[in-house]
Amino acid sequence: MEYILLPAVLLGIMLAITGLIIVADKALGSGGLKKIVINGNKEIEVTSDDTLLNILSQNKIFLSSACGGKATCGLCKCQVTEGGGEIKPTEMPLLSAKDKENNVRLTCQVKPTALTKITIPEGLLTAKEFKTKLVKMTDLTYDIKLLDFKLISPETMPFKPGQFAQIKVPGIDIVRAYSIASNPSDPSHIEMIVRYVPKGQATTYVFQALKVGDIVTLSGPYGNFFLQEQSKRDIVCIAGGSGKAPIRSILARLKEQGMTRKVRYFFGAKAVRDLYYTEEMKQLQKEYPNFEYIPALSNPLPQDNWNGATGLITDVLDRMTGDLAEAEAYLCGSPGMIDACIKVLNKHQIKPANVFYDKFA
Amino acid sequence: MVSITVLIEIFIASLLPFNIALASILGMCPLIAISTNVTNAKGMGLAVVLVTTLTAAINWPIYEFLKWSGTDTLDLLVFMITIAASVQFLELAMQKFLPALYNAFGIYLPLITVNCIVLAVSLFFVNYDYGFLETVVFALGSSLGWAFAIVLLSGIREKLSVIADLPRGLKGKAIAFVLLGILALAFIGFAGIARVDPIQ
Repeated sequence: MEYILLPAVLLGIMLAITGLIIVADKALGSGGLKKIVINGNKEIEVTSDDTLLNILSQNKIFLSSACGGKATCGLCKCQVTEGGGEIKPTEMPLLSAKDKENNVRLTCQVKPTALTKITIPEGLLTAKEFKTKLVKMTDLTYDIKLLDFKLISPETMPFKPGQFAQIKVPGIDIVRAYSIASNPSDPSHIEMIVRYVPKGQATTYVFQALKVGDIVTLSGPYGNFFLQEQSKRDIVCIAGGSGKAPIRSILARLKEQGMTRKVRYFFGAKAVRDLYYTEEMKQLQKEYPNFEYIPALSNPLPQDNWNGATGLITDVLDRMTGDLAEAEAYLCGSPGMIDACIKVLNKHQIKPANVFYDKFA
Repeated sequence: MVSITVLIEIFIASLLPFNIALASILGMCPLIAISTNVTNAKGMGLAVVLVTTLTAAINWPIYEFLKWSGTDTLDLLVFMITIAASVQFLELAMQKFLPALYNAFGIYLPLITVNCIVLAVSLFFVNYDYGFLETVVFALGSSLGWAFAIVLLSGIREKLSVIADLPRGLKGKAIAFVLLGILALAFIGFAGIARVDPIQ
């Protein structure tokens, strides 16, 4: 008898309490209607308890986010002028003193309250979601692939050379940002260069699951890193790893304009097996005397027979550049490489306003 | 009907000589973690008082039902469920009616679900064979005692962090444990002034 009574009583109590909570939840509402005011003119009304980042993306406003809401990349920042609550400990390491003063928050950590007011750059309101089809996948090196997406709907994504887009990884619903490597004059195709990151969720998907013909969701374009087309200054481009992607897009645009500006392109890699697009760059160099491509290897292997520049990219840069007071620089690569290169550029009198960079998180 | 003197004795006993933090050494995790400043300690203390008293009051009639149906061996499991549910309920109600207070509590309210003193108070009233009023008074006294302990400890830690030049190995949690030990010793001084099971 007891063997039936005990579980029955326990189950009964659990069901009763669950029922009560459900009734209470319905009656009290989980927070009720929330209103989000964007830039003082656009309003979104939601009832969910989700984070600001997710609510915005559900409403087709795509803030950039490389980590996908884990508070590690610090890209989804936006100004929350009202209703954001206190800064959470998870946000602290990614917010500068200036950010804190201006109420800048990580939207992936903020849960909106009844009335939340936020300010986001108008440019971001133009980022959209795209249904695309992977039409080509090329191996560039042993761990770098070029992906070519044909846009299905909408059919074009007008972007500035240097900007990036995000891939949504199906199934696990995470997004990762990759620079657009294709020519901005053809907005119906988006090419991306993806380097394999061991155990990386998105790159594992790209390298092991993604096939030509797959339908992939992209969003974009994002980013403040793009070619300043109105300027006439000489250009220094510096890239490492898969950082060739945005530079490739920038070079395509410069080439169309007849390469009227003097361009020097430094590319840092470990050994010959990490180099790619070398022929394309040599060809460009042959066609346009204004363009110079300088690959630098930090650890060339004995069998590489390397007779180009050797050493860390910073040393090669320092050795081979003169006064940069009137030049512009475009950097793309790991945060460590970019910080080190900016130091070298500063040494050559570059103006900080003319340095543009895209750090991979 | 219990006399008022018995209730007063239970209250004083649970607050001081049988202080749940310093005599029973319960609820140590939040006591150490949230006692770095007085403001947070007060918030946590208040939340604990609210939840402990409420859940003890809910658990008492439920325990009576378990006794009646002869299933009182289930008390631990059932208490855990009611505690989790009442914290959830409290959260919903506060979010709706007292949003300011809800925001002030922030993370502390959900944290309390796993605070062992809430469960301990409910299990103690079973041991002491309390009636409803005694249970509520005991829960209030115990949780106020815990709040008292965390505020005391946080006050000392706050001062200490400013004025004391502690050796590296003693900083933070280590010194908190030492302070807690000294506080517990001090509370032994209250022994004998009241009993949680008064002689009636």
